[in-house]
Amino acid sequence: MRRRPTTTLIAAGMLGALALTACTPGSNSSEGSTASQSGQVNTDPASMGQVTLTVWDQEVRGGQAAQIEELNKEFQAKYPNITLKRVTRSFDDLKTTLGLALSGNTPPDVFQANNGRPDMGKFVQAGQLLPLDRYADAYKWTDRYPESVRKYSSYSEDGKTFGTGNLYGLPQVGEVVGVYADKAVLAKAGVSEVPTDWAGFEASLQKVKDAGQQPLVLGNLDKWPAIHVFGTVQAQTTPADQIRQLGFGQKGGSWTTPENTEAAQTLVDWVDKGYFSKDVNGLGYDPAWQEFSKGKGAYLIAGTWLQADLGKAMGDDLTFVLPPKAQATPAATGGTGIPWAVSSKTKNPDAAAAYIDFITSKDAMGVLAKTENLPVADTADQKAPSAIGQDVFTAFGTAVEDDALVPYLDYATPTMADTLGAALQDLLAKKATPEQFLETVQKDYGDFVAQNG
Amino acid sequence: MTDTAVAAEDRTRTPERARRRRGGGPPGEPRAVGWLYVLPALLVYAAFLLYPLLRAVQISLYDWNGNTLATWAGLDNYADVVTDPALRASFGHALVLIAFYALLPLLVGLVLTAILSRAQVRGLGFFRTVVFLPQVVAMVVIAVAWRRMYSPDGSVNDLLRAIGLDGLTRGWLGDYTAALPAVGLVGTWFEIGLVTVLLLAGTGKIPTELYEAARLDGAGPVREFVTVTLPALRGEISVALTLTVIAALRTFDLVYVTTRGGPGTSTSVPSYEVYNRAFQQGRVGSAAAIAVVLTLVIFAISFGITRIAERDR
Repeated sequence: MRRRPTTTLIAAGMLGALALTACTPGSNSSEGSTASQSGQVNTDPASMGQVTLTVWDQEVRGGQAAQIEELNKEFQAKYPNITLKRVTRSFDDLKTTLGLALSGNTPPDVFQANNGRPDMGKFVQAGQLLPLDRYADAYKWTDRYPESVRKYSSYSEDGKTFGTGNLYGLPQVGEVVGVYADKAVLAKAGVSEVPTDWAGFEASLQKVKDAGQQPLVLGNLDKWPAIHVFGTVQAQTTPADQIRQLGFGQKGGSWTTPENTEAAQTLVDWVDKGYFSKDVNGLGYDPAWQEFSKGKGAYLIAGTWLQADLGKAMGDDLTFVLPPKAQATPAATGGTGIPWAVSSKTKNPDAAAAYIDFITSKDAMGVLAKTENLPVADTADQKAPSAIGQDVFTAFGTAVEDDALVPYLDYATPTMADTLGAALQDLLAKKATPEQFLETVQKDYGDFVAQNG
Repeated sequence: MTDTAVAAEDRTRTPERARRRRGGGPPGEPRAVGWLYVLPALLVYAAFLLYPLLRAVQISLYDWNGNTLATWAGLDNYADVVTDPALRASFGHALVLIAFYALLPLLVGLVLTAILSRAQVRGLGFFRTVVFLPQVVAMVVIAVAWRRMYSPDGSVNDLLRAIGLDGLTRGWLGDYTAALPAVGLVGTWFEIGLVTVLLLAGTGKIPTELYEAARLDGAGPVREFVTVTLPALRGEISVALTLTVIAALRTFDLVYVTTRGGPGTSTSVPSYEVYNRAFQQGRVGSAAAIAVVLTLVIFAISFGITRIAERDR
């Protein structure tokens, strides 16, 4: 029987298809930016003529949605010549689609790009973000946003160094990880006030334990929650500068230091003493804080983003403080909400910057406070709608004023969230010793720094 | 030889006839016209399946974060799949899941079939529906529900406490030895329905005479099942295995919702790694390489199953 032409044809077709696809991935995303990056900037939106701005954001929940809707309405009323075309996505959806959109020919003009290397860092590397430094000068953002906050959206021009260099975005809200305390549970255990120093804090943990209550609530099934707890402990043992070096993935730092070992050992001690529940890796993040809100524990180490939900459930029993200090210079894990950035391909960079200025202005901060968000700038001038809100404002304001913010540790490298999350689960389950834990994390950091330079 | 000579002669005179006889193929229109018939479907298939597949193969040869220009990496990404212990382990986990997704449901399915097909069960339709029900629910919903049931205060632990097995209670998904089996058992629960319904449909086709003959020869229920039912169900078993094995190997949503690969990396599976690397870590080349390897593994295993099932038929 003669060979049928089918197989040949299929093979030929496949080869043809391969030839079609044979351009290097990423080569079709034109690097050239249309937006001018020098010269005079126009800060008067009314004089910009008829402009349409496409805006991609993830402000879809509760107070977040409320603030942006109100600010957009005000912006439209004030500048009717600028039309906003708003596209909303959930956090996860925005993260997975933004990269593709920025590679295309018609990216959104203004969008929220997450701070870390896998997002903002990558886009800066690809030349897809417009440096905002000229606008920062023109609009005096540099006066209102302290350097410790601007760091979180600053990269070197090649995108390799995080935490310094050009400004690529501006956030609306701040975040800081602190300690939520249930005053009712503490009182029952004979702790009348939330301790302000680290030794007192650890003593109160033991007191609560002795009283038969759960001292610390942590649900680490989702892998990342323990990163915040470890960061909080590390901020007490390790100098802030070292943490920043590690957190921003800058070269020269080291994880395998006595200070970091002490932090890891503290976590293990807490496990041994039963301060965490024994199923810490089996409980989800949401069930954990819900249990805390029902009085099943004295402390919850978590971020300011939980304040509205916890406040509603617990009322006056709840308070929020910065982590009790162990060192003279306090430090707390924290940062900003997702910054707003501008595409380098936008035709209307001035209008885009004007929009960002409007939603981050002093008036905008008032709207943010009113809608139960934590304004990142002028925090002390704002009045919170609730007592817990006021605690949170005070905590964040103090942290910024004292230059106490240290970055989330998973910012360091594109893979750090996974490495650190899994390594902390191992540490809490005692599958790894503090030394092994630090070696795992050091390897991730070291490999990245060696390659990144 | 003579045929060819005649054909060559023919071609000069009546090309129409000659072409029809070319290659000794069946009469009728020339074969190439067939391509015209499949062209519309082939175009769609090529555009949405072949092209992405080849593109994935191509990307897997690069080091690419998804946005900047990629750099050529050759087979480095593939070398990673083989040498990285965590990645190798994730393929191992997928193989463990096969036992829970395919073998266990098949076993349970066969027992259920033996019972349901033999006895005159009243309300057979009802039972069939109940067994099949998990298949109707979206996997994400199932995963959310099971995550709650497996939590330290969940119903699984409640049940254990109720029957006095307090020592066994734990945070199932956070336990290093229990997490993978716990995830796998959700798969078992999910696939039993599919397998049972497939097998039950198969038993309906078996002539009752065969059972009668077996009974006349003095076969008991077990003997009857082994000699009559099992061989007759060969095709259905093969289909069930293929479907469930593929489901096991490409498990993503269940792991994504319940454990995110944790605790540590004890439940990470290749599909989850693909998602994680492509969308979370910006390592698209590596993700593509894992995806290609996974595709090959799935292809090889399902090909093997079909071959074994069709042998000696």
